[in-house]
Amino acid sequence: MPLLDIKNLTVEFQTAGGMFRAVDSVDLTCESGEILAIVGESGSGKSVAMLALMGLLPWTANVTCERMLFSGHDMTSTDKSVRRKIIGKDIGMIFQEPMSSLNPCFTVGYQLGEPLRLHLGLDRKAQRKRSIELLEQVGISDPEKRLSAFPHQLSGGMSQRVMIAMTLASNPKLLIADEPTTALDVTIQAQILNLLVTLQGEKNMALILITHDMGVVAETAERVQVQYAGQKIEEQSVEKLFSEPHHPYTSALLSALPERATSRRLPSIPGVVPGQFDRPTACLFAPRCQSAQDICNKQVIRQPSSLGYTLCNFPLNENITKGALL
Amino acid sequence: MNKAPPIVKKNIIMQVQNVARHYKVSNGLLRGKSTVKALDGASFKLKAGSTLAIVGESGCGKSTLARVVAMIEEPTSGHIEINGKLADLDEPGTRKSVQIVFQDPYGSLNPRHKVGTILEEPLLLNSKKSNEERRHLAIEMMTRVGLRPEHIDRYPHMFSGGQRQRIAIARAMMLDPKILVLDEPVSALDLSIQAQVLNLLIDLQDSLGLAYIFISHDLSVVRHISEDVMVMYLGKVVEAGPAATIFDAPSHPYTEALLSATPTTDPNARKKRIMLTGELPSPLNPPPGCAFNPRCPKAAQICRINEPTLKENGLAQVACHFPNLLT
Amino acid sequence: MLTPIKNHTEIQPESQNVRMQLLREFWFYFSENRGAVIGLWVFLFLVIVAIAAPLVAPHSPVEQYRDAFLKPPAWDAEGSWQFILGTDAVGRDILSRLIYGARFSLFIGFFVVTMAVISGVTLGLIAGFFRGAVDVVIMRIMDVVLAFPSLLLALVMVAILGPGLLNAMIAIAIVLQPHFVRLTRASVMNEASRDYVTSARVAGASPFYLMRHTILPNCLGPVIVQGTLSFSSAILDAAALGFLGLGAQAPTPEWGTMLAEAREFILRAWWVVTLPGLMILITVLAINLMGDGLRDALDPKLKRS
Repeated sequence: MPLLDIKNLTVEFQTAGGMFRAVDSVDLTCESGEILAIVGESGSGKSVAMLALMGLLPWTANVTCERMLFSGHDMTSTDKSVRRKIIGKDIGMIFQEPMSSLNPCFTVGYQLGEPLRLHLGLDRKAQRKRSIELLEQVGISDPEKRLSAFPHQLSGGMSQRVMIAMTLASNPKLLIADEPTTALDVTIQAQILNLLVTLQGEKNMALILITHDMGVVAETAERVQVQYAGQKIEEQSVEKLFSEPHHPYTSALLSALPERATSRRLPSIPGVVPGQFDRPTACLFAPRCQSAQDICNKQVIRQPSSLGYTLCNFPLNENITKGALL
Repeated sequence: MNKAPPIVKKNIIMQVQNVARHYKVSNGLLRGKSTVKALDGASFKLKAGSTLAIVGESGCGKSTLARVVAMIEEPTSGHIEINGKLADLDEPGTRKSVQIVFQDPYGSLNPRHKVGTILEEPLLLNSKKSNEERRHLAIEMMTRVGLRPEHIDRYPHMFSGGQRQRIAIARAMMLDPKILVLDEPVSALDLSIQAQVLNLLIDLQDSLGLAYIFISHDLSVVRHISEDVMVMYLGKVVEAGPAATIFDAPSHPYTEALLSATPTTDPNARKKRIMLTGELPSPLNPPPGCAFNPRCPKAAQICRINEPTLKENGLAQVACHFPNLLT
Repeated sequence: MLTPIKNHTEIQPESQNVRMQLLREFWFYFSENRGAVIGLWVFLFLVIVAIAAPLVAPHSPVEQYRDAFLKPPAWDAEGSWQFILGTDAVGRDILSRLIYGARFSLFIGFFVVTMAVISGVTLGLIAGFFRGAVDVVIMRIMDVVLAFPSLLLALVMVAILGPGLLNAMIAIAIVLQPHFVRLTRASVMNEASRDYVTSARVAGASPFYLMRHTILPNCLGPVIVQGTLSFSSAILDAAALGFLGLGAQAPTPEWGTMLAEAREFILRAWWVVTLPGLMILITVLAINLMGDGLRDALDPKLKRS
């Protein structure tokens, strides 16, 4: 049984122009101890899906799904307070802007102590001892001094480490990292990603990494789920995704990487991601797709797992995969 | 990899000598002021029609350098020459020759102005053209950067991030500059939009012979678009040279670490990274000697005492006591 | 890359669409607050009544009916439908006086707010843009003005200049002005460091151009909201001054002045006192509710699309 099992998740928002579908019938599974990356550009709904799981969406959001199970618990029907216990204790989440994720009015020690107090019921002295251990685990030097520091005295990298320490406090089974290094410099990014992968290995924690950076995906993930305009369009192991992408969008995205450019002008995808008012009727990528045909405006089929659950009528690299299976 | 265009002797359009920008910051009541050396002595020569990239992380001074070169702020010392003459803001043509495009497409356009107004403003302030002429030029520019001219009466919030960045580029182009300073122009954009905007910049450069000063922390973009690269750390230039040299054979340990830290998009090449320890130092409190020494794997006693100066090393220049020597 | 330029008269229709879209978006956020919508309708109703006063009012506001002193409202046993809301001590129809009174109250509100906004925003722009000594001088003067209770300052001014509606309005405008100065100054300081201001500066804009064309349009949101609240403050202050006999003078049918004249009749003829008071209450409430809705609709952080 997978640790996280989401089926047919849809999230709609009330806006000035009507209902906006940010997440469209998305399936997602994550096994214990694996590293899953959810990759997509703006408007792909990658963050919204995880926020829906955590119950962090505003009141204007309408969340529906067929199944949302975490470790066997049904996350949709559970009583709010029970759900809050699971979310804080067994699922941890870190966000993009570490400088604004910490409460500026309280010291690091106080904020680290909160989950220890609420989920583990430790007293003051035990909180302090455990907090120092956690700060050491995330690689912060001089942890005793840092406990009495305020968030504005920490750099971006250090704030993110403190956030990681806070989520680790209750020994979660799953850590969701929403663009954890986008706001950080590249050498600090390397340190934080390394830390996340090391901790994940040591504690056999599942890690869901949400990002738009293909480089980060290539270096960190084991399995990758690609999202486009709120839909899941492909899911594969990381090596296969980069060498034999099945969906034309994935392939176009990889070609747009400057590293893979063969000429001065980069192969770019014409057009823009469909917004609220110009959503195509069948395949959402059809207007921008090189291999689109008439039928793509009428229906789109989801391929089987052998082709990465690709949402496409004419998936790429079909023969390679089929050949491998023979 | 992209093939670099053949090396043609181009004339120097901008020369920057030892510019520095220091700020005085108060330490609170009664404790006097300290000096923040945001930029401490950068020099370069920019060739017409080419791209010079400036790379580095937070606090390295690249944005300060952008503002000084675009003449938004006056340097504390050093000078800037454009086409051989000292840049003087009192002369009418100076403003028009250098323009800047900012990083944030959401904050660099006035939310209360229509696109037409935004584009016509530089002309309104700097030329005596009639209303119709200005409008016509604005429409022409919109088409040139790939926007639909029917949208000229829209407000910025009605456009996507990529389109706003195109508007920002169009605005910078209105005065017909020869030098464009681009401060992280594609960092806030999605990958597919990034490619579109980079292509636009390449097309503009090829058709108009523009020189770019391209500031970025994204090394893969820099490698793709620039001919020369300058690496900065804590307000100083640590290495400079042709892009191919810097990327294939870095001389400075910081450049090596920077290249190593950048994730590559090949899952099978998960490399052993050079992991730098420690945090980026603060410009308020620079380490003694070479600013990089607390984090440098090669640091020795001399590095903590003597600040290295830029010296020639093959095709590049590097400021290090123990650089990787290139013959 | 250059494409032939189309005839740009084709572009005209877009600007109307843009305006409609902005209006529709504004209405979406504004109408979520039902109180604000009710406030808006009540306010609009009052404006229409005030403008159409000569057509709507059954009698003249100053005509005294000698045989109808202190007549109660029509639903009372001794009342009559000739004077729907009764008459006052000198036989004037209260309904007509209330209707004409709306003109005064709304005029006071508009005049005071306009004066306070123009001078307040200008001072705020100058203080926030130039900072330094100019800022300090302006803000300290505003602090002094804020320290005065509005009525006290109005009393002082009226004592110097003499009683009357115009002087009362000037006094109230002076007292309300510091709020606008503060708001504008805070907005200006916030916006002045943004990239679009730097871009305008790089394009060669003068300080005056920057203040007037670049920064000012972005500071108006909070000013508009404060303006509606000051509108109701102005009406209340004018009514208070009228009540003290220092604002509008008799026989002007201003609601506060009507209250002053009716003080002695609180027990004998409740309608002479209660009805003007009720009008003040309803008007101020409607405007405040509207201001609430405006604040939510204009706050960029609450936008959701």
